[in-house]
Amino acid sequence: MGCCIRRGWTGVVCNMSENGLHYRFIVPGDDFARAGTASGAVKKTLKQLGIAPETVRKFSISLYEGEINMVIHAGGGEIDVYIDDEQVSAVLVDHGPGIPDVGLAMQEGWSTASEQVRGLGFGAGMGLPNMKKYSDELEIDSVVGTGTTVTITVRLA
Amino acid sequence: MSEYFHSVTLDKDACRGCITCVKRCPTEAIRVRNGKAQIIRERCIDCGECIRVCPHHAKHAMTDPLSGTESFAYKVVLPPPSLFGQYKRQEDLELIRSALRGLGFDAVYEVAAAAELVSDATRRLIEKGGLKKPVISSACPAVLRLIRICFPNLLENVLPLSAPMELAARLARQEAMWETGLPAEKIGIVFLAPCPAKVTAVRNPMGTVKSEVDLAVSVGEIYPALLAAMNKCAESYPETDSAQSGRTGLSWGNSGGEAGATFTVRYLAADGIENVINVLEEIEGDRLSDQDFVELSACPAGCVGGVLNIENPYVAATRIKQLRSYRPVSCNNIAGEEIPELLCWDAAVEPVAAMRLDPVPGQSLGMMRRIEEIWSRLYGLDCGSCGAPSCRALAEDIVLGYSTEDACIYLLKDKVDAVRSSMLSLRIDSREKSAEKG
Repeated sequence: MGCCIRRGWTGVVCNMSENGLHYRFIVPGDDFARAGTASGAVKKTLKQLGIAPETVRKFSISLYEGEINMVIHAGGGEIDVYIDDEQVSAVLVDHGPGIPDVGLAMQEGWSTASEQVRGLGFGAGMGLPNMKKYSDELEIDSVVGTGTTVTITVRLA
Repeated sequence: MSEYFHSVTLDKDACRGCITCVKRCPTEAIRVRNGKAQIIRERCIDCGECIRVCPHHAKHAMTDPLSGTESFAYKVVLPPPSLFGQYKRQEDLELIRSALRGLGFDAVYEVAAAAELVSDATRRLIEKGGLKKPVISSACPAVLRLIRICFPNLLENVLPLSAPMELAARLARQEAMWETGLPAEKIGIVFLAPCPAKVTAVRNPMGTVKSEVDLAVSVGEIYPALLAAMNKCAESYPETDSAQSGRTGLSWGNSGGEAGATFTVRYLAADGIENVINVLEEIEGDRLSDQDFVELSACPAGCVGGVLNIENPYVAATRIKQLRSYRPVSCNNIAGEEIPELLCWDAAVEPVAAMRLDPVPGQSLGMMRRIEEIWSRLYGLDCGSCGAPSCRALAEDIVLGYSTEDACIYLLKDKVDAVRSSMLSLRIDSREKSAEKG
């Protein structure tokens, strides 16, 4: 029941988990034009589920930032989204360079994005701070050289 | 008036049941059922896309007939800025004003004049601050309905000011009462509507309880009579009152006109319903909060693109640009410090929950699981033969109880194929058996 123009659902797998919904998105690493597909699709689903507009907004902004980060820094990855009666959460796994200093990366304006990426309007150093601002819980687990796993949780009021 | 009144209607005899409108509806509000296009009333935003694209001209807007004006003692007509782009032969605003009088209207009140007051109030509100950025224009009623249904988060960004049409109607009635001494109900306020969304805004207004517009007559209906009257006026040069609006007001007919009049450089103007949706997604994602103002028009090129107009939108837009160059910047300003109440909304615009699956959140999770399950079995061709705009929409309709899997011709073909092959195998079996016997 689209209010949104569907921007392609490529790579979506949905498992019927016991008590809720589980979606998996494969995020291609080199495609800026398609970055935001997963968060856009999730937003539409959350709206249809009748979840409070503010909750939908928070989660989809946070997820969007995470998705963009995957494309900018990590060459893509996988996103698993879990929705149940109590919360919506996303686990974003990439196999990129990892974050050497998470504390520093959480600071507003800190960015390691390339000039090319900045030229596209990304890499302003607001990704992680915004993810924190727009989520109830944010966990970052990063190993340099191996990759980063980010977990975003927003509780349903 | 019903909460879900819509001015878009269907001529059932003309409808062939093709899925052109179903595919183009931005809120997926149309389904073909029993061979005819049906509108899901809760979801329709009256944008008029279905009227625009129907190849069989089966979609219409329910406007008021021009003859409806006869019951009023004093008639005031409200021409919108887009009307001034409809005619080739139009050197000045005065010609169209005298032609409208020639058609029997007692007075003309330009919507563009009211638009200049709205622009003034908008500038003051932006300067004063306190509104959530970016401020979103409330002038296009189709966009406002879209926000209520699909982007309820963004209602707090919407400019809480009357649309120029409504303000013009209020001012026109006051002026007419003052001039004639007649009671309010004897005065007929007639708006020349460029689009069905404006017609709906008259019958079922947002931001106010009752519209001051009495009749909404389509531009298409008045077009030929007005053309004849203009030709007559051009020959005889009757005396007429002078035009009321300047460049600022006239520019509202084109996309970017309202935004340009905010005098800020941090603005964005988008037109065409799909572009509007994409910009609203950006705002909802908090990626446009560095902008002061966002103007959104459902129709391509702005109000000149309204489906009830006659002229090509881009030709009309160019004419307005030429016409406005002879006008002063603005002819109307708010006197005094405060924004008069007349310009402000006097009723809240509430969200409409037309897109959610079920009012009970616990139920909707289960429904979504069934939708995903059904959708995974559909072919994903989005052919529309079932009458829904996409396979996804069909899966939703099935779960909501509005359709069945047999509506999908591909699933049905699979069923038929399965029956056929089992029949064939039966025949082969019986042949083999008779061969054994022989």
